[in-house]
Amino acid sequence: MSDAIPISLTINGERRQAFVQPWHTLLHVLRDVLHLTGTKRGCNQGICGACSVMVDGEVVRGCLTIAANCEDCAVTTIEGLARGTALSPVQQAFLEVGAVQCGYCMPGMIVAATALLKRTPKPSEDQIREGLSGNLCRCSGYVKVIRAVQRASEWSDA
Amino acid sequence: MTAYTHPVGARLPRLETREKITGRAEYTDDLTRPGMLYGAIVQSPHAHARIKNYDIGKALDLPGVIGIVTGNDTGLGRSGPFIKDETAIAKGKVRYIGEPVAAVAAVDLDTARRAAQLVDVEYEELPAVFTPDEALNPGAPRLHEEIATYVNVLGLPARDNIVQECEIAQGDVDKAWSQCDVIVEDTYETQAQYHAYMEPCSALVEVDANGKLTVWSSNQSIFRDQANLSESLGLPMSKIRCLSPRVGGAFGGKIEVTVQPIAALLALKTGRPVRVTLTREQDMETMRVRHPARIHMKTGAKKDGTLVAREVSIVMDIGAYADDSPGVVGVSTAFSRGPYRIPHARCRGLGVYTNKLRSGAFRGFGGPQAAWAGEQQIDELAAKLGMDPIDFRLKNAPEPGREWMCGIELERSDLKECLIKVRAASDWDRRRNERGKPGFRRAIGIACIPHISGVLSSSAIVRILEDGSAVLSTGAVDNGQGSDTVLVQIAAESLGLPVERITFSQPDTDASPYNWGTSASRVTYMVGRAVVGAADDAVKKLIKYASQMMECAEVDLELRPGGFIGLKGVPEKVLPFAAISGFAHWAAGGPVIGSHALHYDGPVLDPTKAVIKHFPFRFGVWTFGVQAVEIEIDEATGRITPLEVWAAHDLGRAINPMAVEGQIEGGVVQGLGYALFEEMVWDGGKVANPSFMDYKIPGTMDTPTAIHSILIENPDGTGPFGAKGIGEPPIVGPAPAIANAFFHATGVRLHRLPMTPERVLAALKEGVRAH
Repeated sequence: MSDAIPISLTINGERRQAFVQPWHTLLHVLRDVLHLTGTKRGCNQGICGACSVMVDGEVVRGCLTIAANCEDCAVTTIEGLARGTALSPVQQAFLEVGAVQCGYCMPGMIVAATALLKRTPKPSEDQIREGLSGNLCRCSGYVKVIRAVQRASEWSDA
Repeated sequence: MTAYTHPVGARLPRLETREKITGRAEYTDDLTRPGMLYGAIVQSPHAHARIKNYDIGKALDLPGVIGIVTGNDTGLGRSGPFIKDETAIAKGKVRYIGEPVAAVAAVDLDTARRAAQLVDVEYEELPAVFTPDEALNPGAPRLHEEIATYVNVLGLPARDNIVQECEIAQGDVDKAWSQCDVIVEDTYETQAQYHAYMEPCSALVEVDANGKLTVWSSNQSIFRDQANLSESLGLPMSKIRCLSPRVGGAFGGKIEVTVQPIAALLALKTGRPVRVTLTREQDMETMRVRHPARIHMKTGAKKDGTLVAREVSIVMDIGAYADDSPGVVGVSTAFSRGPYRIPHARCRGLGVYTNKLRSGAFRGFGGPQAAWAGEQQIDELAAKLGMDPIDFRLKNAPEPGREWMCGIELERSDLKECLIKVRAASDWDRRRNERGKPGFRRAIGIACIPHISGVLSSSAIVRILEDGSAVLSTGAVDNGQGSDTVLVQIAAESLGLPVERITFSQPDTDASPYNWGTSASRVTYMVGRAVVGAADDAVKKLIKYASQMMECAEVDLELRPGGFIGLKGVPEKVLPFAAISGFAHWAAGGPVIGSHALHYDGPVLDPTKAVIKHFPFRFGVWTFGVQAVEIEIDEATGRITPLEVWAAHDLGRAINPMAVEGQIEGGVVQGLGYALFEEMVWDGGKVANPSFMDYKIPGTMDTPTAIHSILIENPDGTGPFGAKGIGEPPIVGPAPAIANAFFHATGVRLHRLPMTPERVLAALKEGVRAH
């Protein structure tokens, strides 16, 4: 591959470098270059939200984010939420409520829920629906997903 | 000794939850192997064409391309569960737009995809058929000219474009109509629904130095994968090892092979590991959908509300390959009779090839189509007779001691209990009289669901390790529904061990005992029974060795909670599993290994009590469900909003109530999508909406959180701790329940799914005209 663009960015607090093509997405760099496979590819069209990650604190679709534009950005993926073996409050709530079935949407869902609670620490049910409206799940029917976010919001440090 | 907590009945999160919420769970596309290549498929632009020639020169010249396979790289081996009609990749002909016709392996995905565009295939176009009507025309082009030569496992009627023509009949339908005071008759249509598992189909195949294949893939059955690959590739099963990483949802769409054969051809051609993962568009264009169906139905009852007769004709569009269609058509035909006592019934099903994407197994397996028609007719009869729909259903529900259908008698009337519980929980009688605010009509409707969970074969092995903990092997693939957890709970309860002391061995055809598949709501019941049997076998051996160690008779020993064998009546005379297993490993007897295998052995539809033609399953263990849905109808826009759902399901015993609720909530929401907006649409032979942008599945804004699971737990005498299955029934209820609510509110019947605002407005207009 010629004309590769060198990029340098921080992923989950760690400085990383990669060579990318202009059309490469952040999702491609995470999964296929850096082997951070926690972030999932569900549609690659920006609809399903399985590739949701945080870039400089904002939730973005990894599949719609051009990697070359991420120079010097701080990226947080699902792999960056737990502190060692200690789950984040959102992860803990998803676990306790039993919101997880096949788990494929969960990395994106949990990243989106984490960002939602940062913006709105005590969301109403409608605000949770709105905040997760870009994350599709085919297993759960969302009932326990919404309950999990409510539970996490009840813990003050969520 | 701390008190032993019983694992069965515990609300346990899935055992693998931590890996799934931290991003550590490995799905097929997350796996790599040293030297792995990336595969990309070349798809047919034609619905029906003869393949004349492949020109792969330009693609091969692209730097980074390592190998290309076409129909020339595969023999005439064909696979399929009933009628073996599919080669590993298109050979000689293509039969639907999007069908994989060649595939490229390259050092990276960009190169593989670029090369795929450079593969030039020369076709001779053939006339195509896109509906069953077209396909059934005399002189219609035939999709499979050589169908008579295909392996046809059950000798099903397969000729011209027909792969299944079945009938289930009892009584004398033609004469029975004269006994009816009220008769309803109509035609109902259903659409193609896409499974929309969040993980697109993916397979990674590696060939070792001796030519043995290792196959990692997203699947519902490693053994079905192995069988299909063996048939299409012409390799013995012993040369094919199938494994299952985590699976990102399946819902029936991954019960037969997906892209494993193509990845295998590429791996065999290049001698290197190859991973093929479909894009979402490719997955929607090349995998499977729920069968579109046209159902003509007629049902009659007496003035007092007694059902007398039903006649059904179901025509299903099966697409270009038979896949599970003979089964789906058969089950839809059986279920179209409904969960009622109807003395005179004649149900017929027809499955017809068309030049479209194959239809296949999908949660409900023909049940949703049957219920869409049947439950509306039941409701319509009740309305014509001025009876409450629940009273009408109660009157015709199966009763113990009386034949229900085809010789089946039930021990209890679980359907009645479901109806009574839903009536109470939903405050049915009050809500039935609500009308909503002006412009927004509100109504509640109901539907009943029959299903099964006993079919085919399974096995299990329980090994007691040296320290007294255990390994459970079943070969059952967890698609996300939680079977690993539930089976461990069953094993733990049987062994008297805590869940933490049992590990679930990941499915591997080289190491796991056979399991037909994660399908047909059968894993909890069928595999669960195998697990109980294997655990009991292990306990028997533990008792045998303990009797040698304690120098007493085996009959004087008993299993005690916490992992102990003790002397009956003497609390302090006890040996931990660790001591016994250590003895067996190091002193006498050998390692403790329990095993059990079974085929479904319960009552089946009885061919001496009814006409049963070409019904392809010996199945049973009936389960029933009742769902009520309250909706609001926006009269200006035609939009139907589901407000609240009550779902009562008879499941014998909830091994894990949290997982059961997850199945009900998730199934109901898939059913709401099927009811209200999901529809795969074709433009001629081309799928017109192969993306989540254009094919909408329910999101958080589309569904209520008020989905009330009502668990009816009357233990089944044969089930593991009384349990039956719950996977499929929840998807069946929403569509007919909503249509029945809509009728109650408007007096108008909806005959076609999904009930989109456009169709609702048109029906309302038509209904007003009709009145």
